[in-house]
Amino acid sequence: MNAETILELQDLTIAFGGEPVVERLSLRVDAGETLALVGESGSGKSVSALGAMGLLPADTRIGGTRHMAGHDLGALNAREWQRLRGNQVGFIFQEPMTSLNPLHTVGKQIGEMLRLHRGLRGREARREARELLEQVRLPRPEELLDAWPHQLSGGQRQRVMIAMAIANRPRLLIADEPTTALDVTVQQEILHLLRDLQARHGMAMLLITHDLNLVRRHADRVCVLYRGREQETGPVQRVFEAPESDYTRTLLAAEPDGRPAPCHAATTLLEARDVGVTFARPKRLLAKRPPDFVAVKPLDLHLARGETLGIVGESGSGKTTLAMGMLRLNAARGEIRLDGTRLDALSGKALRRQRRRAQIVFQDPYGSLSPRMPVFDIVSEGLRYHHPHLGDDEVRERVVTTLREVGLPEDVVSRYPHEFSGGQRQRIAVARAIILEPDLVVLDEPTSALDRTVQKQLVVLLRDLQARHGLSYLFISHDLSVVRAMAHRVLVMKDGEVVEQGDCEQVLHAPSSDYTRALLGAAGLLSAR
Amino acid sequence: MATSPARKSRLSPITRRRLRIFRGNRRAWISFWCFLALFTLSLGAELIANDKPLVMHYQGHWYAPLLVDYPETEFGGFLPTTADYRDPFVAEEIEAHGWMLWPPIPFAFDTLDQQLSHPAPSPPDARHWLGTDDQGRDVLARVIYGFRLSVLFALALTVGSLLLGVLFGGIQGYFGGKVDLIGQRLSEIWSGLPMLFLLIILASLVEPNIWWLLGIMLLFSWLGLVDIVRAEFLRARNLEYVRAARAMGLPPHLIMWRHVLPNAMVATLTFIPFLFTGAITTLTALDFLGFGLPPGSPSLGELVAQGKNNLQAPWLGITAFVSLSLMLSLLVFIGEGLRDAFDPRHIEHAERAQVPIPQSEAPPHDPAAEREHVDER
Repeated sequence: MNAETILELQDLTIAFGGEPVVERLSLRVDAGETLALVGESGSGKSVSALGAMGLLPADTRIGGTRHMAGHDLGALNAREWQRLRGNQVGFIFQEPMTSLNPLHTVGKQIGEMLRLHRGLRGREARREARELLEQVRLPRPEELLDAWPHQLSGGQRQRVMIAMAIANRPRLLIADEPTTALDVTVQQEILHLLRDLQARHGMAMLLITHDLNLVRRHADRVCVLYRGREQETGPVQRVFEAPESDYTRTLLAAEPDGRPAPCHAATTLLEARDVGVTFARPKRLLAKRPPDFVAVKPLDLHLARGETLGIVGESGSGKTTLAMGMLRLNAARGEIRLDGTRLDALSGKALRRQRRRAQIVFQDPYGSLSPRMPVFDIVSEGLRYHHPHLGDDEVRERVVTTLREVGLPEDVVSRYPHEFSGGQRQRIAVARAIILEPDLVVLDEPTSALDRTVQKQLVVLLRDLQARHGLSYLFISHDLSVVRAMAHRVLVMKDGEVVEQGDCEQVLHAPSSDYTRALLGAAGLLSAR
Repeated sequence: MATSPARKSRLSPITRRRLRIFRGNRRAWISFWCFLALFTLSLGAELIANDKPLVMHYQGHWYAPLLVDYPETEFGGFLPTTADYRDPFVAEEIEAHGWMLWPPIPFAFDTLDQQLSHPAPSPPDARHWLGTDDQGRDVLARVIYGFRLSVLFALALTVGSLLLGVLFGGIQGYFGGKVDLIGQRLSEIWSGLPMLFLLIILASLVEPNIWWLLGIMLLFSWLGLVDIVRAEFLRARNLEYVRAARAMGLPPHLIMWRHVLPNAMVATLTFIPFLFTGAITTLTALDFLGFGLPPGSPSLGELVAQGKNNLQAPWLGITAFVSLSLMLSLLVFIGEGLRDAFDPRHIEHAERAQVPIPQSEAPPHDPAAEREHVDER
């Protein structure tokens, strides 16, 4: 290939306040090529791209040389930068919810790009904007031009972002985690779209991501970053099949693997009959009350002791709502029995007493621990309430034992959550749940906010705990590879309905519904077999 | 770790960072200490401005007129009433057989000086540093007592409103739904009642004293807080760690106390200084109109009124203006500093400016932390 080199970085070094964040990174992106920049959070992949394009705060020190289509980027003044960005370089950011201005219509925002860089106005700009929306395959482009960002779904917003990014036919497209905030099936569509656009316009694309699945299928070459250092660069095929650096090897091996230990217990722990969740819609004055919103349609489920039931679905499919309803943290209809006790018939103090037996671990390890309490208080709080007779020494001992069980050293007890990494926080959250010796633990996307390598460790920990204490898990996730490593049985949900359920291996091997197949395809699990 | 564990367990890192930002704001920090010094001084107003000697020695005996009322007969007078130490006869008698130690300002707020060099209101001189008002009372003494009264009144009002506001706001916010709806409507109706008119009507029915004023104002002042606390509770009740606490089976009062309240207090605390200044201003306004504290009480509002009625004696108006504006400015500066210190965006900025990578361990050489540590000792 002797395509034109669009972006070339040599020995790029970026430092914040004397602290180097990226060190001696060299890379090159050719026209029509996709280079993936891969690494875990904090590895400096976004910073490199932003630094190369001069989008970091003024006090950042940037070393090395940067060339864009023959121009030295280090020598540009503010005006030239402005002409470059948006004109020659397009950006797509991760968060489609916040990267569009909520106060302007879609058409106006696209029009602004066209006006600033190409001087198009009025009807002409509108026609061009319409064309762009068609290019990113948005339905009803004429209507959408006058839509407000909040009226669009996440995927649609991301398409609008892409339309804005390609509005001026840039030569380089920088896509910073373009699909992380989207559902897996939508992810696929967006990436295919990017691929098409790239082929049509001959753009170079710098794809920043942490998801190796995406890289494997959508990139030509890959550059692996670890702690701001380049680990290796090469064609995707070669890097995935014969990784040269140790770090790449760990990253590739970090796919959660293994299966949960088989579950033999036959006693049913949790049984739900006709459990459904509906929310009343707000009623306007003097209007008829609109029909209730059905978040979860009535369904049955059961869970044996020591068993893991994976609940799979995209955002909005009602999987979390269902779990919350089962724990009676949300209002739910139907019959819920935990070890023979009717949870739905209890209230007040009796219900609180039962809560000890069903614990929960949340998705966001940053939000689920009170920032004002040290770890000891966080972990011991429930214990103190449910076992008020325990002395201080006993409480302390139980806390330390539990922390050790989740793989945290004893000296963490006096520290505060902000001092821990995401994985460690999630361990603290697990400790808080299991110290009460529950029978059932609801795991609500416990791994989705974590890096792959950390995910794997957490999965191993959770399986260990299950084997040791005979815990039952309700494991909620959209990530099928994690579900496969955790669950005995799977329940696939879509729009509040059960699409499919059954043995995990069977569902994942031979899905009976199209939806499950789509999910599997998106997660890259279907092609493997 | 740069800090000792004992200190850590008392103050959470967030609190410490806020404290650091507050200290970094020099204007607020200096105002805080100035206000604290003035308030502490005014607490000892009896020792600074009084018409009784602090201690005296008479015919070989010690007396403490500040604490004990001695009859005039004790010092060779004729009347069995409490001795008036400013009476030339009594003063001469005591000086002849011992000595008296006077406070720096030998007048209390209600002492009528009978020996004025000019007719009242008399201008500032060596005897009355800020002059006297139109009844011959020392202005400086009245300012000191008035300052104390205003601040204490505002303090009581703030604490009271805080308790009521957090209680009602918390209950409305945490339970939400119907409780919230009904509570909000009730408090809207309640806040429609005109407080000033109520006070004026009250003034014609009873002799308003400080407790009446406090009570009536307390009935309304907490309403402003309810909205803030309620909003914070509404937000916090859906936070994941609050849900985790619910899943753990903790009863509502514990969750509110341990998990929700600390969050809500941040927004509330920033509101307090402004509540405080509001209370002082209201009290001053009522006094100025004559519907406030009973006549004769040391009040800044009454001083303002005197300044208005005696334009030929500018020291009255000027003193009132300077003391009020100084007090309110200090409070506003402190309030601003607090607000900035508790503003999460501000914290982010300060943090980014200091340490780029705040994860895991504390940075080994954080000059700010070390400086702070030295300050502690």
